Amino acid sequence: MAERERRKTRPFGAVFVPRTRILERDGIDRALTRIAHEVVEANEGLDDVAVIGLQTGGVPLARVLTDKLRTIEGVEVPTGVLDVAMYRDDIGLRPVLPEAITDVPFDLTGTNVILVDDVLFTGRTIRAALDALTDFGRPRTVQLAVMVDRGHRELPIRPDYVGKNIPTRRDEVVDVSLEAVELGEMRR
Amino acid sequence: MTTETDIRDEISPEFAPGEVPESTPAPGVRHLLSLDELGADGIVEILRLTDRFAEVTRRRIPKVPALRGRTVCTLFFENSTRTKLSFESAAKRLSADTMSFSPGGSSVAKGESIRDTVETLEAMGVDAFVVRHGSSGVPWQLRSWVAPTVSVINAGDGWHSHPTQGLLDAYTLWRTLGTGTDDHPDLSGVHIGLIGDIRHSRVARSDVAAFTSLGARVTLIAPPTLLPPSLVGWPVEVSHDLDAVLPELDVVALLRIQRERMVEALIPSLLEYTNRYGLTASRATRMRPDAVVMHPGPVNRGIEIDSDVLDTHPGAVITRQVANGVAVRMAVLFKLLGSEAADPAQFGTGEGR
Amino acid sequence: MTSMTIGIRGGELVEPGGRRHAELLISEGRIVDVGEGVGEGADLVLDASGCLVASGLVDLHTHMREPGREDAETVHTAALGAARGGFTTVCAMPNTTPAIDSPSLVRDILRLAESVPCRVLPVGAITKGRAGRELAPMGEMAELGVTMFTDDGTGVADNALMRRAMEYASGLGVTLAQHCEDPALAGGGAMHEGEWSARLGIPGQPAEAEELMVMRDIALSRLTGARIHFQHLSTAGSVDMVRRARRAGVAVTAEATTHHFTLTHAECRTFDPVFKVHPPLRTSEDVAAVRAGLADGTIDAIATDHAPHTPETKDLPFDQAPPGMLGLETALALALTELDLPVERVFDLMSWTPARIAGLAGHDGSLRVGAPADICVVDPGQSWTVSGRAMASRSRNTPYEGRTLTGRVRHTVYAGRAVVVDGGDGP
Repeated sequence: MAERERRKTRPFGAVFVPRTRILERDGIDRALTRIAHEVVEANEGLDDVAVIGLQTGGVPLARVLTDKLRTIEGVEVPTGVLDVAMYRDDIGLRPVLPEAITDVPFDLTGTNVILVDDVLFTGRTIRAALDALTDFGRPRTVQLAVMVDRGHRELPIRPDYVGKNIPTRRDEVVDVSLEAVELGEMRR
Repeated sequence: MTTETDIRDEISPEFAPGEVPESTPAPGVRHLLSLDELGADGIVEILRLTDRFAEVTRRRIPKVPALRGRTVCTLFFENSTRTKLSFESAAKRLSADTMSFSPGGSSVAKGESIRDTVETLEAMGVDAFVVRHGSSGVPWQLRSWVAPTVSVINAGDGWHSHPTQGLLDAYTLWRTLGTGTDDHPDLSGVHIGLIGDIRHSRVARSDVAAFTSLGARVTLIAPPTLLPPSLVGWPVEVSHDLDAVLPELDVVALLRIQRERMVEALIPSLLEYTNRYGLTASRATRMRPDAVVMHPGPVNRGIEIDSDVLDTHPGAVITRQVANGVAVRMAVLFKLLGSEAADPAQFGTGEGR
Repeated sequence: MTSMTIGIRGGELVEPGGRRHAELLISEGRIVDVGEGVGEGADLVLDASGCLVASGLVDLHTHMREPGREDAETVHTAALGAARGGFTTVCAMPNTTPAIDSPSLVRDILRLAESVPCRVLPVGAITKGRAGRELAPMGEMAELGVTMFTDDGTGVADNALMRRAMEYASGLGVTLAQHCEDPALAGGGAMHEGEWSARLGIPGQPAEAEELMVMRDIALSRLTGARIHFQHLSTAGSVDMVRRARRAGVAVTAEATTHHFTLTHAECRTFDPVFKVHPPLRTSEDVAAVRAGLADGTIDAIATDHAPHTPETKDLPFDQAPPGMLGLETALALALTELDLPVERVFDLMSWTPARIAGLAGHDGSLRVGAPADICVVDPGQSWTVSGRAMASRSRNTPYEGRTLTGRVRHTVYAGRAVVVDGGDGP
């Protein structure tokens, strides 16, 4: 889920104040194009590849990635969206958004899942996502694509595809949309 | 790279301070005692959340770890297999631990007070009590006895309130009728007839609250002896003549009739009740063909509704009500136990993504 | 009892004739002097500056719970609470376990009352065991000084039996008092039947359950010529019938409780059984009618219906919890501030007229030389916060918990003894 959405809901009530613009629209698009090519290359095509976007920040990125895979290989890969709120280890610290649906309309058994999220930080969202995926079948592999890797991992998790590595302080916030990647902070 | 000031000027209005999406749970909501207390926004929020848990219940593995480590205790002082199983099933699908207490053979039978029972169970580490009692108001008393961190959920008190039944009935109608939008429940323009023993029915009181808060038009249909002694403040219409109203109804919601109402001289006989207020086969032909038929169960076949109507009418949604009951109760448990507002200072800046 | 003299100085005397500043000197259980400076030099001088000084309050309706429920209240603790509330006489209701329906039980109460800080008048049951079937020996009890009889807690439902009871009582010169509630129509209702009972799903009892019995007893009083006293009137209809009966010359008197002119059935929305009482809290229209009845003299007396119940029993579900509220320590403050009545009228309703109904000789409100030294000294301006725990009662079921009231008893003198001094229990 995009940090700004989590952050602006109660009890946080804070406002994201951007300080630095890291990527513009065309930079994001180029990064996704590159990731799409890397996905095709790593999987030797798109047989059994499925794309799952994580609610909510990963969902638009996954949609664009799917478009690019179609352009490159001319095939439609199965796509889904996943919300990990019910799997997190910090339930109670996050509001629940009724609009963040989960929709995985196919069995994941035997697939190569490309998990897409906007920012990789501590790794806890991805840990929860790995738990959630097992409830939808047994994928052959799970690969992780993120637009930004900002470091500060708390779990042994690493991305397979990265749009941009950004060194950050812990208290900074990275905001990703299809329009821009910004670095800033939350203020009350 | 732009300067700090420039960027601040470009802050989009969606980051305006104080802006909070409608669906955000109010901080500190810990109890579900009645739909009046939950409020119209709370009802909408639970119904929207229910959709997410309905999706979970349709999965191959219909279980999520959301409430791992939490303990939910069902405390049923009155028999109810269905509601108790539904709550326990909901808790288990959220990975909560469940405990169950019913007074048969317990120390309550030996004269232990409800308060002592609750305080004993609380000391064993209970996060939520799901309570049913034959007397109205017991969940309110419970709330005043337990620690402020413990949730109380009303699973039916006396004639007063049965909020999760009201919620699941409203959810069932929203999803069956397709009113409102896909992510916003609404029952505007829907005419619902509630038929039967309204006076002694907690389901009726919660249904009225749920349906009318979503904009439905509700008509209570019963003999005067089975209506509440006063309807001041009830946003409903009243009829004593089912045949006159039946053809206009989009929803025919039947309530269970208890045999002891005859002893109390509230109705002369069950036969007379069925003749005037039962959904008999012949009466059902006067119903709109697309009318939805509901019943909270257990059904007295042949009294409130004819068996054939129950089994063959395409709009009979009684089993759907039961299925939705689990999803609604998951949503309620998750909202009360899994999404409480916490102080962000508690987990510092490493906010975990 | 004591030869100690007590002076009450600095207060304003309230009597049926009006108000005046004067001091009282008390000795040997009587007022021995009234006037400027007479209290100076007394063995005990009670400062009454800023206070009203009047005859001690008389409660026509107190449940002391002894014998049978000493865990909820005893004659001693109830009398202590009465003294703190300014009462010097209370009428002890007979619905104890066993019921006060025989001379020996009356003697037991009188014996228990010998050493307590308030006069206790035992009230006898009309029927044996309050069962509503046979008359209790009213004559034998009357010989011990019992002047009032009631089956309070329930009414005498049998029309013929009530007729005979009234006829018999008229020959003894005693008063019958009735708890008006038709048992079939009340049907086990736990609160007033109406808007709130319908919403809360609590079985209710309609106003008519009370009114039917008021109507019947007015008719029986007309038939027999016997006096009838209506206890705790709570509905507009009851007040109206009593008003018309008095106008027609029927020998009826009536009391109303403090809770029936201060609280409505909406209080029950919390489901707290502390608000459960019989007759139940009624509508705001009924409250207005009770107030009007108190103002125009239709209702003769304010009673407390002080009804202690242990916390354990008040933790039962609303429909199972016993009905009743504490009242002795809050009554005067509520009457002084909630009713828009002159203080003379408040003391008339709480002392002078109830004394006449209870047959209490010499207690006419006049603070003259020779009058009994039952005195209440109240500071009408003092605010205090109600706390069940702080009360003398063994129970805590006050419906006013946490409320700030104005008007507090500073001193109470009972039979020439200072039983409450500066708001604290006396020696």
